[in-house]
Amino acid sequence: MSMVNNTAKTYTGTATSRVDGRAKVTGAAKYAGDFNEGGLAYGAVVESTIARGRIARIDTSQALRVPGVIDVITHENRPRVADTDQAWKDDVAPEEGSPFRPLYDDMIKFNQQPIALVVAEEWEIARYAASLVRVDYEKQPFVTDVYRKRDDAIVVEKPDKLRGDAAKAFAAAEVRHQADYFIPTEHHNPMELFATTAMWDGGGPLTVYDKTQGVQNVQQYLCGVFEKKPEEIRVISPYVGGAFGAGLRPQYQVVLAVMAALKLQRSVRLVLTRQQMYGLGYRPATIERLALGARRDGTLDAITHEAVGVTSQFEEFSRNDTGWSALLYTSPNARYEHRVAPLDVPTSCDMRAPGAATGVYALESAMDELAVALKMDPVELRMRCYSDRDQNEDLPYTSKCLRECYREGAAAFGWDKRNAEPRSMRDGRNLVGWGMASGVWEALQMPAAVRIVMTANGHAEVSCAASDIGTGTYTIMAQVAADSLGLPIENITIHLADSTLPRAPVEGGSWMAASACHAVVATASEVRKELLRLAKLMKASPLADTVEEDVTLSDGKLVSRTQAERGVSISDIMRHGAMERIEKEKTNEFAEDKAHARNTHSAVFAEVKIDEELGVIRVTRVVSAVAAGRVLNLKTGRSQVMGAVVGGIGMALHEETVYDHGFGRIVNHNIAEYHVPVNADIHDIQVIFVDEPDALVNPLGIKGIGEIGIVGVAAAVANAVYHATGVRVRDLPITLDKVLARRPAT
Amino acid sequence: MQDGAAQSDANPAPLPEKMSVTLTVNGTERRFSVLPWVSLLDALRDHLDLTGTKKGCDHGQCGACTVLVDGRRINSCLTLAVMRDGAHVTTIEGLATNGALDPLQQAFIDHDAFQCGYCTPGQICSGIGLIAEGRAKSPHEIREFMSGNICRCGAYPNIVAAIQQAMGTKP
Amino acid sequence: MIPFQYTRANNVADAVRLIAANSGAKFIAGGTNLLDLMKDNVERPTKLIDISRLPLTSVEETASGGLRIGALVPNADLAWHPLIEKRYPLVASAILAGASQQLRNMASTGGNLVQRTRCAYFYDTATPCNKRQPGSGCSAVNGINRGHAILGASTSCIATHPSDMCVALVALDATVHVTGPNGGRTIPFADFHRLPGDTPHIDTNLGPDEIITAIEVPAKGFATNYSYLKIRDRLSYAFALISVAAALELKDGTIQEARLALGGVAHKPWRDVAAEAALRGRPAEEASFAAAADLLLRDARPQAQNGFKIDLAKRAIIRTLTQAARGTPQSQSNKTIQ
Repeated sequence: MSMVNNTAKTYTGTATSRVDGRAKVTGAAKYAGDFNEGGLAYGAVVESTIARGRIARIDTSQALRVPGVIDVITHENRPRVADTDQAWKDDVAPEEGSPFRPLYDDMIKFNQQPIALVVAEEWEIARYAASLVRVDYEKQPFVTDVYRKRDDAIVVEKPDKLRGDAAKAFAAAEVRHQADYFIPTEHHNPMELFATTAMWDGGGPLTVYDKTQGVQNVQQYLCGVFEKKPEEIRVISPYVGGAFGAGLRPQYQVVLAVMAALKLQRSVRLVLTRQQMYGLGYRPATIERLALGARRDGTLDAITHEAVGVTSQFEEFSRNDTGWSALLYTSPNARYEHRVAPLDVPTSCDMRAPGAATGVYALESAMDELAVALKMDPVELRMRCYSDRDQNEDLPYTSKCLRECYREGAAAFGWDKRNAEPRSMRDGRNLVGWGMASGVWEALQMPAAVRIVMTANGHAEVSCAASDIGTGTYTIMAQVAADSLGLPIENITIHLADSTLPRAPVEGGSWMAASACHAVVATASEVRKELLRLAKLMKASPLADTVEEDVTLSDGKLVSRTQAERGVSISDIMRHGAMERIEKEKTNEFAEDKAHARNTHSAVFAEVKIDEELGVIRVTRVVSAVAAGRVLNLKTGRSQVMGAVVGGIGMALHEETVYDHGFGRIVNHNIAEYHVPVNADIHDIQVIFVDEPDALVNPLGIKGIGEIGIVGVAAAVANAVYHATGVRVRDLPITLDKVLARRPAT
Repeated sequence: MQDGAAQSDANPAPLPEKMSVTLTVNGTERRFSVLPWVSLLDALRDHLDLTGTKKGCDHGQCGACTVLVDGRRINSCLTLAVMRDGAHVTTIEGLATNGALDPLQQAFIDHDAFQCGYCTPGQICSGIGLIAEGRAKSPHEIREFMSGNICRCGAYPNIVAAIQQAMGTKP
Repeated sequence: MIPFQYTRANNVADAVRLIAANSGAKFIAGGTNLLDLMKDNVERPTKLIDISRLPLTSVEETASGGLRIGALVPNADLAWHPLIEKRYPLVASAILAGASQQLRNMASTGGNLVQRTRCAYFYDTATPCNKRQPGSGCSAVNGINRGHAILGASTSCIATHPSDMCVALVALDATVHVTGPNGGRTIPFADFHRLPGDTPHIDTNLGPDEIITAIEVPAKGFATNYSYLKIRDRLSYAFALISVAAALELKDGTIQEARLALGGVAHKPWRDVAAEAALRGRPAEEASFAAAADLLLRDARPQAQNGFKIDLAKRAIIRTLTQAARGTPQSQSNKTIQ
């Protein structure tokens, strides 16, 4: 499966512009709510206004009298849906618990829970009618504050075997640091509103355009929920307007849209409002406790990381949050434990580097505090604790160039000019702070299949059910296909995100690049074999005695690897074989390797400037040095990491879903008051991809870059804020009032 | 949604008559009838099948719905179609001429000024408006005057670079 | 959003007649706040009277040397109007500190005055709010109030007025020209907005049947020594935690006249003439500015979460006056605060 090696243009690893760029800059790219055919009816959701209880009475009569209203669906009149948890479990559902079922019964489990769906001829009519649905509740006590349930939280993750005795080693350590850190609930807020357009086709298969990161996951889920055969529901999602994890699980709007379409036998569109998207999943608020014990030389003796995160009362969601601390640095004693606190809220879910963005924020803040206590440069401290083996599993890495990340990042940033003393660097009225942090994520790969249809005119159609949520999947698959098939990229057409296409995992976890591209290569190899078989049948074939391993596709020809003059054009082969098209489908195959750990790493350096008197914080520079194996596209890859840095800046300074715990309700459920960075907040961001050849992780050396870019960013910014001001803010976001309130007396 | 047992036997307020609206959209006169509560954004998307303009918040908080009305960039979600009767509207679908992209569209591709693409039509229309205003020149100014367009994928530095390219202040 | 009739007013008299004839009617001009609130069922007009095409879009010099700004001049046009930029740069700066260019292109000068608070509880019909539903209670008093008022609040309402432009206009002694069924009148800007008291549902002293036709600014524009500084949770496109409009007239380093108003701190743009008086005759230096700030904030009262605003307001006042005194007004693009 090695890449082609010839003089023809190679796309893999270059800065290739997005193949879907033109569609996206002309408005031609269609998202789930953009399909207008089929005489649509429009849905509008009615949400609960209490956090817990039951619906005593729901009166839809007035809503039904609005001209143009077709139906109002509630738990009282909904069509039959599956009644087992198993049927409602999607691929990404937590193992423990009962998935939420919209409009299933009278129980209210969280605020903003959907309790009715109005369907009307026009969306404004549906919205108006939704405001006329009257509800009486029986309210019950509720809790939405994780601190109130901290002590009752349930253990969900801890190591199988403890490494040493972290508590004892901490107590005996020469230098100790212990603190609690807090990450509030955050919402993904992709720019696209969650939307589903369910196309009714006279009782034929239902075509469902859905905003999702996994069309096959949604398709299987819908078949389970509505007790349909696989061929009865098709899910399509050609373009996804961002998701960041919010689209991994099917969201309730797809259930409601399909429910309405099936009940009314009509095409239905349901687009949630921005406000309603705060009733979906979120990054769980997490309390993180770190305890680090070190020797004066900066080597670690003890790492303890305990976390308590939010989940719902009905499902147990968590991701590896604390394990990173025990993995990353050398320490003879380590302990980690993750617990979840069930609250009266929706189930939390994956969001951008789930677990790592939060857990590593805490770890890397604590490491900075330890460096301060040791009076040691923070990069130097990390070098002293550097580990060439996965500390949890005691395995070597397939590759780990984190040292190079520190080195190249520091050099690009100018870290050697840093004065270690807090409040020592200034720019006019501003205190200048330089902070850094490490990042770590997993290099994952999943089974995926690709179909290639090559036609005699030298054009190839490459199909896979994978989604492209903006990450560049279309483009990297086209690059790899072009190189594997020896064709110009213009001759490659990529088809994605249709549940009828070859199997793909959900787009998440940074595994799609490795998974999909190896499937492309595997299938291209089948195409090549078929072309060779046909070529050998040609009279006086120059490839007559060539074996499969010796040929490659290049520049529209099948040629010998060793003797470039021996070759036949694809079109000649296919014409001779009387073939219009060659169609192959193959699943990627990865060699099992339990002897190595597989991770990506980063070093993030941030500069902040903080007005000393007013507390206004600006992140003026970020350098992110990433070691993630082979980067398939330097242009889209850089954008991906840069965007993740922007997300990390938001996490550090802006983002917080604010609850009024008295109402159990989100107060800033909009994108004006839930602050994410705007253009003015973002300045210079430099992305460095450290050279990290990796022959072990997979044949193409791909590790994935979707998550690694955000990990460590919030800590780097927080550490820079400390360096600037001498104020350690341990509860995100770092707003100016926290900096001002806690500033040292002067 | 209202809590409590309000009067549910009362009839809801009647809907008003639909009103005729004429817009010149991307150079073509379009006449349609809508209820007065239809926003310009929903009119474009649902009544004129111009779905390039996106809805990201419906409250003027994100900029995804930015279009040019009589040459000025506005949030199409916060204006009623009936209020714009007679106006000239330019949407993302109207920027390319005979298949040739507007320089800003090309610059967005060149600088990879988007990932998911959902905010992109609004960003580009906003950028066209910005260039026409002729005020924002420096990176500081471009950042500030593009701050009404949120990009959750975080493409901001590339967006600034694309606008500079289209303005001819950066290759 | 509830159904409404839509009609277009042909002239000011027509507009006044139309609104007087229908108690459920509202004017719509830019629509940026009204439609926002209608979509959330906070505003529920049964009739919209479109005044956006009335001929109130000119900026004219007055006989007394000031400017009369038509109520329908878009915010963006006003900020970039040559006479405003030259003679009233404080107004231009304050406008550019608010919202986004798209919103400023839509929002009208008059509409900016009557925009409503962004208090989250006012927007959320699932929670009590005296401003939205008189007598229902104030959720913010015991709720999330980090952004709320520190001056002039009542037990009924602790919301703030969200405008930036109005902070500059109140500082400059603007007047509001309105027309009602009984003809026209003028309202001094400082009297236009109200404190909440026990009637927080009434934001302004504009009569229910009156229309704003113009804003007049007097001759004195403080174009040399002014600054508008807005402090917020991100660097643009966010409402103020604190904003300060400061304008000075200096002679040999001594303050001849001063204007000082704050945004983000009260139910109205907060101008304090006592603090201004305290600056008069004083040297343009930090001690004077601090004393004025203390005076302005003498009755400031924090809510549970916004105590920081009092100290921040003082620091912001000092900084803004310093900027004004130096003739180095805050840039709204470069976010460095000199």
